Parts: sequence; C-alpha cells; structure tokens
Amino acid sequence: MAIDKETAAKVAKLARIKVEDDALPALADEFSAIMGFIEQLGEVDVEGVEPMVSVTPMRLKRREDVVTDGDQPEAVLKNAPDAREGFFAVPKVVE
Amino acid sequence: MADLSKMTIAGARDALRKGDVSATELTDTFLGEIEGAGALGAFVHHTPDIARAQAAEADKRIQAGDAPSMCGIPLGIKDLFCTKGVPSQAASKILEGFKPEYESTVTSKLFDAGAVMLGKLNMDEFAMGSSNETSTYGNAVNPWKKADGAELTPGGSSGGSASAVAAGLCLGATGTDTGGSIRQPAAFVGITGLKPTYGRVSRWGIVAFASSLDQAGPMARTVRDNAIMLQAMAGHDAKDSTSADLAVPDFEAALTGDIKGKVIGIPKEYRMDGMPEEIEKLWADGTAMLKDAGAEIRDISLPHTKYALPAYYVIAPAEASSNLARYDGVRFGHRAKLDQGDGIVEMYEKTRAEGFGAEVQRRVMVGTYVLSAGFYDAYYNRARRVRALIKKDFDDVFAAGVDAILTPATPSSAFELGKEFDDPVQMYLNDVFTVTVNLAGLPGISVPAGLDKDGLPLGLQLIGRPWEEGDLLNTAYALEQAAAFEAWPTKWW
Repeated sequence: MAIDKETAAKVAKLARIKVEDDALPALADEFSAIMGFIEQLGEVDVEGVEPMVSVTPMRLKRREDVVTDGDQPEAVLKNAPDAREGFFAVPKVVE
Repeated sequence: MADLSKMTIAGARDALRKGDVSATELTDTFLGEIEGAGALGAFVHHTPDIARAQAAEADKRIQAGDAPSMCGIPLGIKDLFCTKGVPSQAASKILEGFKPEYESTVTSKLFDAGAVMLGKLNMDEFAMGSSNETSTYGNAVNPWKKADGAELTPGGSSGGSASAVAAGLCLGATGTDTGGSIRQPAAFVGITGLKPTYGRVSRWGIVAFASSLDQAGPMARTVRDNAIMLQAMAGHDAKDSTSADLAVPDFEAALTGDIKGKVIGIPKEYRMDGMPEEIEKLWADGTAMLKDAGAEIRDISLPHTKYALPAYYVIAPAEASSNLARYDGVRFGHRAKLDQGDGIVEMYEKTRAEGFGAEVQRRVMVGTYVLSAGFYDAYYNRARRVRALIKKDFDDVFAAGVDAILTPATPSSAFELGKEFDDPVQMYLNDVFTVTVNLAGLPGISVPAGLDKDGLPLGLQLIGRPWEEGDLLNTAYALEQAAAFEAWPTKWW
C-alpha cells in the first residue's frame, strides 16, 4: 500500500515527532516500502485464530494492594531537564 | 598464567578459587585491554572505579570461601541496562545525561553474585538495528576483518557486547534479544549467545523496546560460560509481572555432552532461496555432527516461517511506539530548546525529532500507523493472529517429540559497515532465522561453528523447548565440542 505525504504527516503528528515538510516525501516512500513488506500477512488464513495476548500461558501474579514504594521525590526528579520546587516544569499547557 | 584476557568464565572462576589469579589482577588486565581498544567502539562508558571496588570486594569474598561462580568475573554491560549512577542511555541522544537512580534486576543479580562491571557497551539505538550503526555513540566494529581490511559490523543490536567479548575486552557481556539481537551478533563475531525463554530473566530496569519480545541473556565465549552467566541472571522477580515463578535449574550441571536419542528437527522452511552455499554446508555439517553424537535427525516443517518477519515488523514497532512515548522531554534526558511561544506539543515534537535517530523515528511512526484507528485490526490484530500460528508451528513439532531445532544463525557472515544501512527492509532480513524464536517465546542459542571463505565466523542456531534451557545448552555443548571452533581474530586495534 502506498502511503502519501498527507498520511505521513498525520502519522508524524500522532507520534509527536516533528518532520519538516521537505522530508515528508522520503518518509512516505520509506513507509510505503515497509508497509509493502508487511502486506504479505494478508495471505495468511487466520480464520478462527485468536490474537496472541501472552506468549507463555500464564496468569499474571497478584499481590496485595498496598504501597510498596514511594516518598522519594528527589530521586524521581533527579533526571528531569527542568524541575522546580518539587515538580516537573513544562511550557504552558493551557491557552 | 597465560594470557588472562583469553580465559573463559569457567577457567577464570577456577583460577580465582585456586588463588592463581586475583579478581583485581583480572580486572586490571581487562581495563588495560579496553584502554587500547578504542577503535572497536565497544565500550562507551568506562567504569574503572566501580570495577576496581567490585574486584576488591570479590577478592575478599573469594578469600572467605564465599564465591559464587560469577564472583570476580569482569563483564561488560549493554547500555540498555539501567545501572545506578552510571549513564544508561540505550545508545540514544534522547537519554543523554540520564543516570538511573536504580539498578536493573539483571545487573543487581550479577553484582550480588560478585561480578565486576568494566563499563557500558555500545548497541543500536533502543536496540533497533542489526548492525550497531544506529547508535548515537557511533559504530561498534567487528574485531574480525576480511583480507581487504574493510571494517565489518559486529551485528546488532548487541554489537558492543559481541565485539567486546570476541576481542577479549571482558569475559562475558549482557545482551538483549528482541528479534535476534543476541544471536546474530554472537554469530558475526564467533562467540556464543543465548536468548532465554520469555520470562526466564527479569526485564525490570532494562529500557523497553517491545515488551512481549524482549529478553535479556548472556554472551560469552563458550556454552559453559553461557550456562554459568544465565544461572546468575535468571529467576523470578516480583518487579516484572511477566517473569516466571519457576525454579532455576543448575544449567552447568546439565552439560554432560550426552545427546544420544535426542531428536533434532531440521526445518525445511529455513532453506532460503539464494542462501550462500557456505551457510548450507555449515548447516549440513552441524546436522552431521549432532547425528554423530547420537541424536536422531528429523525433517520438520514450520509452515508459517515466512510470515515471521512481517508479523514482527508490525508487533515490535507497535509496542515500541507505546514504550517510547515516555521520552517526552519532561522526566529524563534531552529536552529541545524552544522558540518563543512554543507550547507543550512543540516541546514534545522537537524533543523527539532531535532525540531519536532515523530508524527509531521510523519504527515509532510505523507502530503509530499500525495501531491507528482503522488499521488496528488489519495490521496489529492480524499480526498477533499470525504470531499465534507461528507459535503453534513450534508447539506441534515439540509435541511430536522434537527436542531441539537446528538452523543457521544468520543468512550471511558479517557485512561491511555502511553496506546495508540505506535499505531498512534489507536490514530487517538479517533476523530471518532468529525472529521466529522471539515471536514464539522460545529459548535459542547461537554457537560458532566455522569460518567462511573470507575467514569470517559463522554460527548455527539451536532452538529449544520453553523453559528447557538446560537441555538446549547441553545440545549446544555437544555441537560446540564437535565443531571445535577456537579461532581468535587477529589483533589490529
């Protein structure tokens, strides 16, 4: 399936990756090549086959619903590009 | 003592316990080797102070008679593992400066067993690649060369791990394998690498790529070394809900070399068009070796093999697009410089455009596309159905009595750096023999089995039943003994 420039731009937007307009045609071509490769899956008869959820048949373990960790704001914020007064700082979110 | 850097983990363990060498001496030897091997691009963060402190501690334990097998063994750690206070950036610019406040379960377990960390190892960015060329640190280089002298890839994504072990810069290295990232590089450099059963090793603290496929494993010189290292890495971890609550058997004890009566499957679908004759021959030779060792050889069919790569290139990018959403410039790593008036969306978009390399961007966007409204069912759900069929192929042959499956590890020997980089789909074909194993959650091991006409290593892959790494390692051990691969690259670095 051929992916056009507009679709490539839409996907980049959804993925929150800035792509300059002049890079879109090449990106669309790359997507088309990869999607062309993936198209083969259409040949497989998957009638009645359930999509795999877990590769090993397992029931996820349960644990007590209690706090096991926390109270270390300094460690949490240590790697933040911008942290102030115990919070992550970001540009203005609301107009 | 002969050349310390050419020892095995097992040999070093025995020498340490006998007092023939100290952990400090061993560690200093490797720190020296690393110092002189910058041209390989294998070690990207050096931790000599940590290494020396760990070695001193290991020497105390050995003297006190409390020495697990990994005690005092110098290792390299793939950059994908979070190591406390030490840069851990998955070879990505977006994690520049990130120093985790915690230690991954695998490295914790290795350190608890007394292992020594020499430094962090190069890899493809976020483990996405088969040649180590997508790394923000630059290429890792294969210590092996052809006569023409061109630099070759050590494979990927665990390219630094492969290069370091093959060049004698450490005794073993951690790797991770999502589609072949332990087994393909191991084959390209003539070492042994094991991807355990999904759930055998905790993923906690390992930077996530595709969570339903990722699995950490050992890379080392020999099958025995893999068994020893896996022993220390494996086991249930409450912090990874997909890690299996199963007892970890004694893997080294499983190495008897006796494979009489074992049934080895040879899957016809792995005989690809255009496969180099040398690979065909290697595979046939390996089959004959296992037969001579007393195994029964059986032709088998895994009919959905050809759909494994396309299924993988839906599932892995889909999971990656979700896992990598966390790199948003808020909590860790890189944040782009913003222009006047830029809001939070511009911050996300610029940060991710600057921080992610081309291949990572490509996969995140492909993943976003296959998960987007209107395509989810056609691509993602279909790929998960095909994945179920691929697993069933394996279930069926194991149910019919097959103990292990023998295949080539890679479709070629190591290729020249820069040669395949421009064509993503061509690059993806590197994983054609390994990716099925991840989709089916099985253990797989790559064993060096010979050299090609250019003098480059080639590997064979053995695939085992789930949770039976011990049996798989034993079959690999028999193959290793028969193949007797002992070549070292000629030092040029």
